[in-house]
Amino acid sequence: MDQHEATPLHLTRRSVLEAGTAAAAALLAGTPQAALAAGPPGAAPAAAAPAAIMEVTLQINGTAHALSLDPRTTLLDALREHLALTGSKKGCDHGQCGACTVLLDGRRINACLTLAVMHDGQAITTIEGLAGEGLAAQNPANTPTLHPLQAAFVEHDGFQCGYCTSGQICSAAGMLAESRAGMPSYVTADLAEAQPALTDAEIRERMSGNICRCAAYPNIVAAIRQVAGTPS
Amino acid sequence: MREFTYERATSVAQAAAGAARPGTRIIAGGTNLLDLMKLQVETPRQLVDINRLPLDRIEDTHDGGLRIGALVRNSDLAADQRVRQRYAVLSRALLSGASPQLRNKATTGGNLLQRTRCSYFYDLAMPCNKRSPGSGCAALGGLNRMHAVLGTSDQCIATNPSDMAVALRALDATVETTDAAGKPRAIPIADFHLLPGQTPQIETALKPGEIITAVALPPPPAGVQIYRKVRDRASYAFALVSVAAIVDSVGGRIRAARLAFGGVATKPWRVPAAEQSLAGAQPGATAFEAAATAALEGASGHGDNDFKIPLARRTLHAVLTQATRT
Repeated sequence: MDQHEATPLHLTRRSVLEAGTAAAAALLAGTPQAALAAGPPGAAPAAAAPAAIMEVTLQINGTAHALSLDPRTTLLDALREHLALTGSKKGCDHGQCGACTVLLDGRRINACLTLAVMHDGQAITTIEGLAGEGLAAQNPANTPTLHPLQAAFVEHDGFQCGYCTSGQICSAAGMLAESRAGMPSYVTADLAEAQPALTDAEIRERMSGNICRCAAYPNIVAAIRQVAGTPS
Repeated sequence: MREFTYERATSVAQAAAGAARPGTRIIAGGTNLLDLMKLQVETPRQLVDINRLPLDRIEDTHDGGLRIGALVRNSDLAADQRVRQRYAVLSRALLSGASPQLRNKATTGGNLLQRTRCSYFYDLAMPCNKRSPGSGCAALGGLNRMHAVLGTSDQCIATNPSDMAVALRALDATVETTDAAGKPRAIPIADFHLLPGQTPQIETALKPGEIITAVALPPPPAGVQIYRKVRDRASYAFALVSVAAIVDSVGGRIRAARLAFGGVATKPWRVPAAEQSLAGAQPGATAFEAAATAALEGASGHGDNDFKIPLARRTLHAVLTQATRT
């Protein structure tokens, strides 16, 4: 098992902008990373003792990562701030937009609404890992390739600004697995049907947890429809 | 988020003991609790994580019903073939709620305990008797388009947001609990959620240290099962009005009907008089309007949400029309 310590958070212009100036100043002053994940300084009472740091091992994209985390750290912040896996995006941070969607033991969830410490030992796949799946499955020569969903989003122009895209693609991967398992949706006419067909109306309903402010929805549906029609 | 200590429960008894400690919250799916903790509406000093307890099974009961473990995820419950075939109203209600990602996390027990989405409950700068007892209710004179028209009090008009609980109300489910001493209790769903009255901060019949272990469904009642949800967008929105209906018709007559309403009340709403008015009736506008009048007895709008009363009436009419179509 490949054990990694927490990847140091590189101080770049981007991370400074993301973290905000106060947090960046704390980083410069040598404050532990855990303080960043806990939210803005001042969110916790100044007099309170530091939260007990917990040891957590997350299986991310097939690799075990041992982390020391403030229990307040969401799975999303663990990925982005502690492991520099910034493919999963922070949109609303309240489970309303879907930009942070990852796969937990193959099932799609909002990484912003769960704590990293709750997932000790569990397998998490992020957008970075989906690309890896494309590598292994289709490409014995190991040259860079995209997951079929990633390729379809490119082909169908399933984005404009791209901020929601990694969440859309992870969500679509989870959705296709749900569909293959025969799970129904609110728009499934006959709930007793063992294998509801994945019509465009079904794709739209099943992807409703992922918001796209550029409204690339028609092309997102086209990309997913293409992959859904391909035997896997 | 305020600081807290985190503990993973390894037994139901340990979890119940944790729940008995002041300042402790049980965390399961966490989709509502963590949202509220980020906003500091909830500030627990300790979280007890029950996700690894063996409460995630759906079992057939001896009487022909189902027992749903408290940790069964909303998506798994909705997709279970027994639920889809025999309790379609529950499957449809679950599928109408939240998003697929949230349903993959949200649990049966947690869904029953989710808090209102009243915007004033979420806003620490505003008075709210539910969040801060005695501070007042900003919704009464505020923006109350999403709020309740039934079961309200002068202290609180917040809506219970659950779809699942509305279906469970129509199905006469029972909430099974245990306490730290291992003493079980069975609470009829009708008694589980409380009216706000003068204590809107007390939302359920659960006592400190009592945790939900399962929800039991009696054998499915005869009849057509429908869950219809009316909302501001086609998916991923809370109900303005929802109706769970189970209607048994024979020979052009309604034999029995069960009706439960969401989005309009402070708890999942059911009115026996409305159901009785349909028993033996011939389907049609006269019977449906009489049922709607009985169901909405005592309904009172607060300005922005006045529309919910006619909307509930029309939604019920549409659902009953669909349920009795031959």
